[in-house]
Amino acid sequence: MEKIISRHFDQENSHRLESYLKDSGYEGARKALTEMTPEQVVEEVKKSNLRGLGGAGFATGTKWSFIKQTYKPKYLVINGDEGEPGTFKDKYILEQDPHAFIEGVIITCYAFGSHKAYVYIRGEYLKSIERLQAAIDEAYKNKFLGKEIMGTPFHLDVVVHQGAGAYICGEETALLESLEGKKGFPRLKPPFPAVSGLFGCPTVINNVETVTCVAPIILKGSDWFSKLGSTKNGGNRLFCVSGHVNKPGVYELPNGTTLRSIIYEHAGGIRGGRTLKAVIPGGISAPILTPDQIDVKMDFDSLKAIGSMAGSGGIIVMDDTTCMVWAAMIASRFYAHESCGQCSPCREGSGWVYRNIKRIYHGEGQTHDLTHLPGIINNIGGNTICAFGDAVTMSIGSYVSKFRSEFEIHIKEKKCELCMKKQGIVESYAKINH
Amino acid sequence: MEVIIFTEDFLLELYKIASRYEDRKAALLPVLHYVQEKEGMISLEAEKDIGEFLDIPVVHVHDVVSFYHLFHQTKKGKCHFSVCQTTSCALLGGEDIIEHLQKRLNIKPGETTPDGKFSLTLVECLGACEIAPMMQCNKEYKGLLNKKKIDELIDQNR
Ligand SMILES: Cc1cc2nc3c(=O)[nH]c(=O)nc-3n(C[C@H](O)[C@H](O)[C@H](O)COP(=O)(O)O)c2cc1C
Ligand code: SF4
Ligand code: FES
Repeated sequence: MEKIISRHFDQENSHRLESYLKDSGYEGARKALTEMTPEQVVEEVKKSNLRGLGGAGFATGTKWSFIKQTYKPKYLVINGDEGEPGTFKDKYILEQDPHAFIEGVIITCYAFGSHKAYVYIRGEYLKSIERLQAAIDEAYKNKFLGKEIMGTPFHLDVVVHQGAGAYICGEETALLESLEGKKGFPRLKPPFPAVSGLFGCPTVINNVETVTCVAPIILKGSDWFSKLGSTKNGGNRLFCVSGHVNKPGVYELPNGTTLRSIIYEHAGGIRGGRTLKAVIPGGISAPILTPDQIDVKMDFDSLKAIGSMAGSGGIIVMDDTTCMVWAAMIASRFYAHESCGQCSPCREGSGWVYRNIKRIYHGEGQTHDLTHLPGIINNIGGNTICAFGDAVTMSIGSYVSKFRSEFEIHIKEKKCELCMKKQGIVESYAKINH
Repeated sequence: MEVIIFTEDFLLELYKIASRYEDRKAALLPVLHYVQEKEGMISLEAEKDIGEFLDIPVVHVHDVVSFYHLFHQTKKGKCHFSVCQTTSCALLGGEDIIEHLQKRLNIKPGETTPDGKFSLTLVECLGACEIAPMMQCNKEYKGLLNKKKIDELIDQNR
């Protein structure tokens, strides 16, 4: 299978400019800057069907074309916050192939006329920050960044910005607030960032992996890229597989690969030969799927059609030892902790949902707790400033609707067999680890 | 009011950081990171100086320090364990790891041992679910944890 994004990952010194240049490094940027107009670049990326890999799946070329010519500076802001549980792909790109990412940044900025890019990286990713900064320094020294890039009139500065530990800063407008030195409170839209983003100027926000796809598209053509994926969702993406599988890790595969093949062929199947019980297909915010749904094609439209989402590409696999009330409790605790607290339905609702499920899990739940739960969950989404609220409703709602009987057992019997067994099983997993 | 506790060299470094941004105020996070790196925490005095330096009201600086969990208002232990408690880690025994750490260190999450050697914090997904269960030990990621590895880490840092 042809690799694009991870093509250099297992090469020695893949993060150094010297190795990057050996494999037509920066040739995509050279082609864009010397042979193409910005409009042609945007057109090419539109035709490639590249879609945002940060989670929302918005068409990338279309996003760029929203930026209008103004007297104001224009900014590219890269989202490397990578906080969606189950997701760990941008880390690999930044650590293993930072120059491929920088090349994408150059072409992206050229496409909509930006001369300054900020890369927001989650605060804990110190190795990513270090590797990227070293690569940026190399790029400046060798005229791939700074003034007169590769002898053309185009100039670009790139600044790395370290986050400070807040999931909500992955939401694009919270990220802008954070970059401006404030608390990460999402902004009301409109105005959209394309009109008023960073410092009130037109801004494009793209995920690390999204821009990393741009240079190969320019070099090899939109036709080649779009044919790799599904209709309306071109190319490959990095799927992150974790949980109860034999080989957790990052797998680059075409969009549209089935979830079954990712779990059983690529990630080596379920640990200890057990059976699959549930799987989250696109980061913790994506509604959970049951085993009868895993023939779904992993692309934005197919997952949406079955009521879930492709999201960030984080696949979390749960086997038949998992108590789903427990899993719902862990997920709802995450939301209760990470809500920024700006909107009352989300702030109060996420805590309420967590406490409710926690009670049920610990055998202290009453029948009315379960009766009320869907109502509380459904009153969060759609009533908030940002999509975090929708994520709580969709993801936690899916545990309750798909595994309702387990909640009932927990209320009736105060516990379930799986929770009682869990202790022993966790021990045995710890042994398999080593 | 004037900057009180920062030395001139220190301020020079802060100027360098601030010059990367179109708007000086945007340098707040990197400046806070730099100060914490040097002093181990963000004190109220430091907040005042930073506010003065970046022309930001000190209440606003304080607000920001409290919002982001990587900024500390008190000193952490020499060895700070930040253990992931989210789904992928929990599925592979994260709860046992957390319980074992609490027992061995005899502290609860959020606390520091009286000798100042260890702190324990529970955090959400650190973007390393492929090595679950995992935690951060100061700046370093430690994965595929089990009780033995935890014991070794504790013994090394005693
Ligand atoms: C609560 C929340 C958290 C998000 N976290 C991330 C994140 O960590 N990384 C990311 O790239 N996008 C994240 N997003 C999506 C961004 O808002 C945005 O859609 C994306 O960065 C745009 O880039 P793309 O079009 O290249 O995907 C998040 C969205 C929401 C609502
Ligand atoms: S929905 Fe939640 S996370 Fe988003 S702005 Fe409102 S309170 Fe904050
Ligand atoms: S869930 Fe623990 S690192 Fe992702």
